[in-house]
Amino acid sequence: MMVADLYALVGVVLFVMGLSALILRSRDLQRILGLNIMGTGVFMLLVTSAHGDGQAADPVPHAMVLTGIVVAVSATAFALALSLARERHK
Amino acid sequence: MTLWWSTLCVAAPLLASVLLFLRPKRTAGIALVAVTLVLIGALGLAVVLHDSGPQFIAIGGWGAPLGIGWRIDGLTVTMLLMAGIVGWPVTIYALDYFGGAAGGRHFWPLWMLLLTALCALFLSNDLFNWYVTLELLGLSAVALVTLSGKQAALDAAQRYLYTGLVGSLFYLLGVALIYNAYGVLDLAVLREVTEPTLAVWVALGLMAVGLLVKSALFPLHFWLPAAHGSAPAPVSAILSALVVKGAFYILLRLWFDLVPAALPGAVSVILGALGAGAIIWGSLQAIRATRLKMLVAYSTVAQLGYLALFFPLSGAGEWGNAALTGVVYFMVAHACAKGAMFLAAGNLQRAAGHDNLVSLAPTAQALPVSMFAFAIAGVSIMGLPPSGGFIAKWSLLSAAIGSGGWIWVVVMIAGGLLSAGYIFRVLSLSFSESGAEPKPELAPVAKSSEWASLLLASIALLLGLNALPVLDLLSIGLPRIG
Repeated sequence: MMVADLYALVGVVLFVMGLSALILRSRDLQRILGLNIMGTGVFMLLVTSAHGDGQAADPVPHAMVLTGIVVAVSATAFALALSLARERHK
Repeated sequence: MTLWWSTLCVAAPLLASVLLFLRPKRTAGIALVAVTLVLIGALGLAVVLHDSGPQFIAIGGWGAPLGIGWRIDGLTVTMLLMAGIVGWPVTIYALDYFGGAAGGRHFWPLWMLLLTALCALFLSNDLFNWYVTLELLGLSAVALVTLSGKQAALDAAQRYLYTGLVGSLFYLLGVALIYNAYGVLDLAVLREVTEPTLAVWVALGLMAVGLLVKSALFPLHFWLPAAHGSAPAPVSAILSALVVKGAFYILLRLWFDLVPAALPGAVSVILGALGAGAIIWGSLQAIRATRLKMLVAYSTVAQLGYLALFFPLSGAGEWGNAALTGVVYFMVAHACAKGAMFLAAGNLQRAAGHDNLVSLAPTAQALPVSMFAFAIAGVSIMGLPPSGGFIAKWSLLSAAIGSGGWIWVVVMIAGGLLSAGYIFRVLSLSFSESGAEPKPELAPVAKSSEWASLLLASIALLLGLNALPVLDLLSIGLPRIG
């Protein structure tokens, strides 16, 4: 159980780190990275809940994380495209 | 039949979105068919609901906890009807607005995708499915804001995107905590097992913050005016009328099914206070606005405040039901009225080539149908009889009076007066002297665009004249309070 707690803790720390980058940084790339780090934090926490205490792991969180990654990839691609469009405009 | 009708609401716009993406030349006709099918599906569900009460559907035979369940009750169907009824005139309007323009190529598939996400959101009853639909809704909404390609629109879209993503991640973090504690995502199962533990409170808090950001409750509304104000007119109408309601719908569902009865009263009072702040602040900003579309966008900030007033009133014993009816009716009436306002404002902007209020008077006088639509929608926004907005505000007011929440009564009345302030600012354009200055050159505006705005405004009015059928539908399967 200790390992699972550590995972959860790291997940929360990553979430906060990503959020602070998003708020404090001004460059688009840094903020998009911040968003991704936030997402990774949530994924860590979800993966932790798959922990089955010695029994088979719960597959549902894996499905959720996979879906979450798909969403994160598309959102990142879109954010990058938007950032490029703004650069070109300047 | 329930499965067919509900699948129609999601499958029709999804298929249309793919078709319009692959064959951009075909455009419009497909979109109009898809929106009509959504409306038919919603009406079909209303009939089913009327005959046999609320339904739960396990899609593909896989029920909770492993599968994804859909829930169909009065609230779901009312929201689906709202999407269809607002979507139809907006689609008619957009046919001319985008016409052959380059923006249209992207508008149609994105609008259909947004409608798919919205219908799926209203039908879902599962925490994670809501996350997916929220993201679909958010991403297609941001993409729609960028369509004009102007610098201001791109800046607003970026802010909208980042804020929206943070909102979703807060929500997802809450979902992860709930799953950690109970291993279930389906709301119908969760409502049986959740207890007021610390983990549940933290999870609910995170989810609520995420959803409040997305539904732009003051002071988390900062992204809304620029995004709604700088988008193309049909997109502004869609965003203000429908998209913000999606997140609030989830919040309402969570409020009834997940929030333990042991909720401290202070929480709902704080939510109500934020709503009061939204009403005052949004209205004052609307009164001060210099651009017509920004005025309408700030009016949305103010009107969304009324939705939050529901939370303190829902705890008011037997009056809680009046508050619940009021808030749902408010969502529908505001969707129609605000959609109509943005469409009418778009007509003025297209004709004049700008939307600066100071020099809009000649344009307003040249477009009487659009101004009439704006006026009717304004009646509903101000909450005057006989309009949908009146029925909604009346229910909320009677809940506040009945439960002795005088502070909320004062806020609602002040909000009504303030909204009259900004709406008459626009209406006075019709009556002001243009003076001797030469008439400006006006671009032509299609009759269909003018009538589309009037149609939507008339529906907002009809909601007041013919409220009973809607109220009956709405009350089916609605949670009883008190």
